[in-house]
Amino acid sequence: MAAKLPTLATPSFVQGLTLGRVLIYVLLILCAFYYLAPLYVMLTTSVKSLEEIRSGNLLSIPLNPSTYAWSKAWGTACTGVTCEGLAPYFWNSLKMAVPAVIISSLIGSINGYVLAHWKFRGSHIVFTALMVGCFIPFQVVILPMARVLGMLNLANTTSGLILVHIIYGMAFTTLFFRNYYVSVPEELVNAARIDGAGFFTIYRRIIFPLSLPIFMVCFIWQFTQIWNDFLFGVVFGGSDAQPVTVALNNLVNTSTGVTEYNVNMASAIIAALPTLGLYLVAGKYFVRGLTAGAVKG
Amino acid sequence: MSAIRNTNDASKANKVLHATRATGVAPSLATPGKNKTAQFSALAALADIWLPRLVLSPTIIASLIFVYGFIGLTAYLSLTESRMMPNYEFAGFSQYAALFEIDRWWVAAANLGIFGGLFILFCLITGLLMAVLLDQKIRAEGALRAIYLYPMALSFIVTGAAWKWILNPGLGLEKLMHDWGYKNFSFDWLVDSDMAIYTVVIAGVWQSSGFVMALFLAGLRGVDDSIIKAAMVDGASLPTIYRRIVIPSLRPVFFSVLLILAHIAIKSFDLVMALTAGGPGTSSDVPAIFMYQFSFTRGQLGLGAASAMMMLATVLAVLVPLMYMETKGAAHGR
Repeated sequence: MAAKLPTLATPSFVQGLTLGRVLIYVLLILCAFYYLAPLYVMLTTSVKSLEEIRSGNLLSIPLNPSTYAWSKAWGTACTGVTCEGLAPYFWNSLKMAVPAVIISSLIGSINGYVLAHWKFRGSHIVFTALMVGCFIPFQVVILPMARVLGMLNLANTTSGLILVHIIYGMAFTTLFFRNYYVSVPEELVNAARIDGAGFFTIYRRIIFPLSLPIFMVCFIWQFTQIWNDFLFGVVFGGSDAQPVTVALNNLVNTSTGVTEYNVNMASAIIAALPTLGLYLVAGKYFVRGLTAGAVKG
Repeated sequence: MSAIRNTNDASKANKVLHATRATGVAPSLATPGKNKTAQFSALAALADIWLPRLVLSPTIIASLIFVYGFIGLTAYLSLTESRMMPNYEFAGFSQYAALFEIDRWWVAAANLGIFGGLFILFCLITGLLMAVLLDQKIRAEGALRAIYLYPMALSFIVTGAAWKWILNPGLGLEKLMHDWGYKNFSFDWLVDSDMAIYTVVIAGVWQSSGFVMALFLAGLRGVDDSIIKAAMVDGASLPTIYRRIVIPSLRPVFFSVLLILAHIAIKSFDLVMALTAGGPGTSSDVPAIFMYQFSFTRGQLGLGAASAMMMLATVLAVLVPLMYMETKGAAHGR
């Protein structure tokens, strides 16, 4: 029994708390502080007054917490020329992200179904060609896109942004669904075909009901991407459809007047809340999305 | 290959189709319904062949226009004299020649090199280290993992705003250190034109290293246990096992991570915009900001297009060899 082998994962539970073990925990906890510190700083700064910010420091605990900065960030802070706070831009982002996420996921699902189970001559080439869309730097398409949106009368509108996000999100969503549907057994689909089920029947009756997990992954990935996007927002958003990331950037980089760090931090948290909330609620799907996008993308 | 498989897949429907063809019954609606079921099957078979392609075609067309077509248009635009308005007269490589004459472009390119190199290096080191540490059967591993990874859910603009405040000379980190008694501590990289680009590295690593950790951890969990046990029987120590067996077997993960980090670095626009806006002056400029400003605020469309093409070229120069090595490595490895 003394020769019981320690495995890689359990090297020292037998040996108790060795020095190495302590060191590992210390390092891990130090890392955790490093990642949490900015969040702590953002939160505490957002409830401090400007005097308190000047008299205290980054890590000092707020003594008189107030929601002043939060209400100003939401309702009256100036982002460039207008002073309506982040609220209108927050709604812009939501109005843009929700339809774009749903439509691009549905398109990705049906594309993935075709590419996984209805392969045809050249479908591999089509797949590879689509995947290029995951890799290009978007700077290389924004000039023609700006022109096309102008011609379609969609420049500076939320609809225009939705269209752009659907188009450039399709490559990723197709990749997600295709990789997931490949794991649906071919026999299942073939059996349905022999029973006379057609293309759409098989999708509706077999594929779609199996898709909930991958839809979750895809929704969360797409929502994070679209909500956090800045480049498309700043180029195609104009002044009416500006998403919250662009407004936040304008607010933080405003050079006029006193910089209200508490308002800046409250704004940053407001802009981060939806994706942060999703991460807390459905972190498992978020990570799966990251790794799924990473392995092939 | 796929065509052969396809005929097998659609076996029954296709057989019916071939049968109807052989017997001369045309699969058309106009034919009088002598053999209704056969005709119906033939139609269904036709539908099964064309529906998938039909369904995929909007995506293919969109991708041809909005990805390949637009790249082509940008490429063409970069070969014209376009300024405020597009001008479609061919002008050869004059925009590229002009681009390479601009000091600011070389500052941006050099900054991309500095930022990209350090960002990738530090993300790899911290990500791998944290993954190895987390792999030691740690209590509360799930919570720690979640803490390391949450910055990935944030927008680069939010990250930039937060670090802009933390790195603020006089109020942020500097004041904290003064309060703690380190009176001579000074940290003004954010406003130092020689150091500003390094602050982008700090914020970028904070945002992305947790993600690298997640990928490496997934890779570590996939390593074959029996090889490790065999090495342990042979008396190899844990560090040796990691160095000689585990980390070499993470080769595919390294490729993925490099691919993604390089991609993030080359596209980096939001983070620099929010953190330094390319400043002080143009000292922390990167190609993505150069492209944006020349195209949209300076009315130099041709130059903007040329710089965008240079970014594409950089992405391809990094991705193509990596992808090639990865597919080759995968083919040999499995």
